[in-house]
Amino acid sequence: MHPIRKKRLTIVLFLIAGIALAVGLTTYALRQNINLFYDPTQIAAGEAPVDVRIRAGGMVKEGSVVRDPGSLKVEFQVTDFNQSVPVQYEGILPDLFAEGQGVVAMGRLDENGRFVADQVLAKHDENYMPPEVADSLKKNGSMGQAGETVEAATN
Amino acid sequence: MWQWFHKLGSPKWFFGIATRFMPWLLILGLGLLAAGIVWGLAFAPKDYLQGNSYRIIFIHVPTAFIAQSAYIMMAVAAVVTLVWRMKLADVFVKAVAPVGLVLTFLSLFTGAVWGKPTWGTWWIWDARLTSMLILLFLYGGVIALDRAINDEKSAARAVAVLVLVGVVNIPIIKYSVEWWNTLHQPATFKLTEKPSMPAEMWVPLVLSILGLYLLFGWLACLRMQTEILQREQRTKWVREMITAGRS
Repeated sequence: MHPIRKKRLTIVLFLIAGIALAVGLTTYALRQNINLFYDPTQIAAGEAPVDVRIRAGGMVKEGSVVRDPGSLKVEFQVTDFNQSVPVQYEGILPDLFAEGQGVVAMGRLDENGRFVADQVLAKHDENYMPPEVADSLKKNGSMGQAGETVEAATN
Repeated sequence: MWQWFHKLGSPKWFFGIATRFMPWLLILGLGLLAAGIVWGLAFAPKDYLQGNSYRIIFIHVPTAFIAQSAYIMMAVAAVVTLVWRMKLADVFVKAVAPVGLVLTFLSLFTGAVWGKPTWGTWWIWDARLTSMLILLFLYGGVIALDRAINDEKSAARAVAVLVLVGVVNIPIIKYSVEWWNTLHQPATFKLTEKPSMPAEMWVPLVLSILGLYLLFGWLACLRMQTEILQREQRTKWVREMITAGRS
């Protein structure tokens, strides 16, 4: 290779490496701001600020959804299979909201450690399957496998 | 060893080669894309949770995938522009940037349309969506910078530097769903594992990705040819070709 081209190539490589380093350090320093939500373990450990608008995310705990019969009020537990946080919400839930599904809730954490949400979004996982396959998996009781990948994905 | 590389830099040589390959790219691309989309939209099974709305992946994933790989190709071309000063590399960047912009927009748009019923929101500032929006602005910036500088050579170098600065965004898009908590789900296709969807869903998806790739190649060739004709309009070979075409 021609020496001038070699020199230019070195400069270009240094340019890319320098930018990558700068961006890498910036995103590393801002990682908590880039994270969309706090998971229940972080909230239980007191990492999430109280009475500030934040997001909390995790799976809706099986058997924890309690709907108020007279209104749109609903209460459920959000869990990461390690800790769980009680969430209160009043409003329309997205179609995919169900026990065992991922959610991201926006709202405030009160002093009692309860999360008062004003918006609940459903989080979809990367698994797709036809309904018949899902049915037979459920019948065989091996749906837990899909659940495990979901758990790994949300952590 | 470098001979083919320098030959590739000749606009005249590229023009001829592109003319020969373009019909194949167009036919194969349209065929694969049509097969993938018809199969995906009409014959692939429903998803057990999302029902039919998941079918937007047959458009969303190809556009997002090629929007990112087009940028990587632009970055390679930018290195060639800066190091070898090859005109054709700059022609490529100039020709591909608007295509990448449109594909990025389409992937953001289809994602928003899917996000409303599935997540409950059109838009959320999570790492994946935000980094994809930055890609859209990068494509816009490349086009704007190129138009803003009149001198062809300085425009080529400035654009190449901008493209290279932006290339850090590509791994951020790719790994955003793993490094941070996001609302966007992680990748269904992984290099080391089986895809987490059955074959009757991923085969049409792969077909439409390949088809859109070939169509992208066709469009890139077509736009590069136009750009070459404009730049080389005073050269002998272009004049000869045009007069031969007239008679």
